[in-house]
Amino acid sequence: MKDLLDFSKLDRAQLEGMLETAVVMAGVLERPVKKVPALQGFTVCTAFFENSTRTRLSFELAARRMSADVVTFTAANSSTAKGESLKDTIQTLEAMKIDAFIVRHGASGAAHQVSRWTNAKVVNAGDGRRAHPTQALLDAYTLKQKFGSLEGLEVAIIGDVRHSRVARSNAELLPKLGAKVRLCGPATLLPAELEADGVTVTTDIGEALTGAHAVMALRLQLERMSAGYLPSLEEYRETYQVNAQRMGKARPDAVVLHPGPMNRDLEIESVLADSGRSLVLQQVANGLPVRMAVLYHLLVGKN
Amino acid sequence: MKLRISNATDMHGKSRDVLIENGVIVSSLSAAPDLEIDGAGLLVTPALIDPHAHLRSPGQEEKESLETGLQAAVAGGYGSVVCMPNTAPVIDTPEVVRALLERASQLGLARLLPAAAVTQGQQGKLLSDAAALKAAGAVMLTDDGRTNEDAGLLRRALIYAAALGLVVSVHAEDAGLRGDGVMNEGLVSETLGLPGNPVVAEAARIARDLEIVAATSGRLHVQHLSSARGLELVRGAKAQGVRVTCEVGPHHLTLTDSALESFDAIYKVAPPLRLQSDCDALLQGILDGTIDCIGTDHAPHTAAEKERDLLEAPFGIANIELCFPLLYTRFVHTGKLELTRLVELMTAGPAQLLDLPHPSLEVGAVADVTLFDLSSERRVDPSAFKSKARFGSPWAGEALRGWAVATIVGGRVVYDARA
Repeated sequence: MKDLLDFSKLDRAQLEGMLETAVVMAGVLERPVKKVPALQGFTVCTAFFENSTRTRLSFELAARRMSADVVTFTAANSSTAKGESLKDTIQTLEAMKIDAFIVRHGASGAAHQVSRWTNAKVVNAGDGRRAHPTQALLDAYTLKQKFGSLEGLEVAIIGDVRHSRVARSNAELLPKLGAKVRLCGPATLLPAELEADGVTVTTDIGEALTGAHAVMALRLQLERMSAGYLPSLEEYRETYQVNAQRMGKARPDAVVLHPGPMNRDLEIESVLADSGRSLVLQQVANGLPVRMAVLYHLLVGKN
Repeated sequence: MKLRISNATDMHGKSRDVLIENGVIVSSLSAAPDLEIDGAGLLVTPALIDPHAHLRSPGQEEKESLETGLQAAVAGGYGSVVCMPNTAPVIDTPEVVRALLERASQLGLARLLPAAAVTQGQQGKLLSDAAALKAAGAVMLTDDGRTNEDAGLLRRALIYAAALGLVVSVHAEDAGLRGDGVMNEGLVSETLGLPGNPVVAEAARIARDLEIVAATSGRLHVQHLSSARGLELVRGAKAQGVRVTCEVGPHHLTLTDSALESFDAIYKVAPPLRLQSDCDALLQGILDGTIDCIGTDHAPHTAAEKERDLLEAPFGIANIELCFPLLYTRFVHTGKLELTRLVELMTAGPAQLLDLPHPSLEVGAVADVTLFDLSSERRVDPSAFKSKARFGSPWAGEALRGWAVATIVGGRVVYDARA
């Protein structure tokens, strides 16, 4: 495997293989000495052109747990502010003998571009609205942990679907693992084009939640109001907040997910986020073994 | 300079000699020719006219210089090129127009036909000095590169330009509907997660501008149509006698939004590449006469600019060198389009738009003539472009026929592929 940019080129067996490796990695993290030499001698570079401390730390820790050397490149603003193209930036970093880039960028497709311009392995840590494959993998891992299998699961994803790489990656991944995805949000934030095999689209949150095994609330960026996608926070809260009352429509054992960071009491009710139904912290914890598995498959995997 | 082109074939398939003396086509030469070109097996046409190119002068010479731009033009078979005014500074004063014309005449390549800005600095606030610009040599008014958001100002510009006999050419996209779109809005943009620019941005703006021009004595030219719906609006207006013309570019006829699946900014262009059904409709618009001319919208950028991410990379494709071979190969060679119609769209069509004499090979016509080789294939090799944008092309590697062999402007050979 050269890259993990999205799931378009991966089949179910490969994806399940990665999730199985993650289980092994989770075992490593349970040991008193939480470190294996699997990636000793490899250098991993987190190249973050968009801020995300949490995702970056999760990747860096994952790499260090496998004994890789880790270097960090962060550019709060894009490199072009300094007059350097993305290609130049990546090739400059590659000249320092990087084995894998972990790329976060505000523009969709940036990880694909990086992959084209480097011989190193590339993991997409989130590109614009396009994809966030390790987030979707850790969501799948978390659901598998809870339900044993994803086969037949109904997963509702609620909120700003239009601008969400998390929604797109989950809509791509979960059906490949046998689950069904219901995308739901206000009409201006819900592209009908995302409907596909195993993916339905509805503006009716009641319909989306009814009989769902899992409900994922997406982060709502406050700029959606100023850009005229939504009239007000109050109206959003009234119509699309994932809360305990609305969860009554879901299955009794239904769980709540959120990719973080949460706007408490906006897209998700605070009480619900802290309740026994919430797997939010488990998602964060699972990010580590999942990212270890991804790096392992890319750098020392057989294929 | 006396020139004889012998045994070439014109677009009607007739074999003919073209004799040139003192920059004009003549019936016989006064003495032996200084240069004889064997036209056997070659197509001879009036030199092509591009009503829409970004030559980037003044001020953006890192993308293209007047010299490389005009070299690219003549290599593409063009004898005349309209250069867009979105430069630095903007072409909005007679001084800039005259300086450009002087520089172009020193270069002695294609004829430069400057378009001047409708508004000062293309700011959409104050009208530029249209009369003085015309007197200096500007051939049309346009704020291309930007959109005309103020409908009242466009209306007054059309009225004012009409009195001067100038056409106002528009980049028809509604800025609000376009938003931050970097590609066509639709299935592909939503799947790729790239901000979309919907067809309605073009269609709504065309509809508005057609209403405005219909209510004035002015003449509107709609640049680079990209959508079936935009075309349909122009077709309807023409049927009602509205004074409107329109153009289409080679990329909108041959590429679709799925090209963006490569995440290569080379395909980022404004207006965006749409669907195959739009390409098909635009070809239909060529066949039924709705489309008046081919404009390349040649828009070179530096490699570094096109190697930015998809949001930051600038819009535009360099294409002036391969426009004729591309359209010939894709449409004429495959039997979808008559050669005469393609030549008309690239010579008589633009000439009519610009109020230039009818391009012709008849005796007495200005000797702007191009020879094309329709029989041999050559692959597109961006590294061999005369344009500065040599880093790549959507059509790189494609085998095309119809490459220019020689371009003659005012009786002088300004491009000779055989040399």
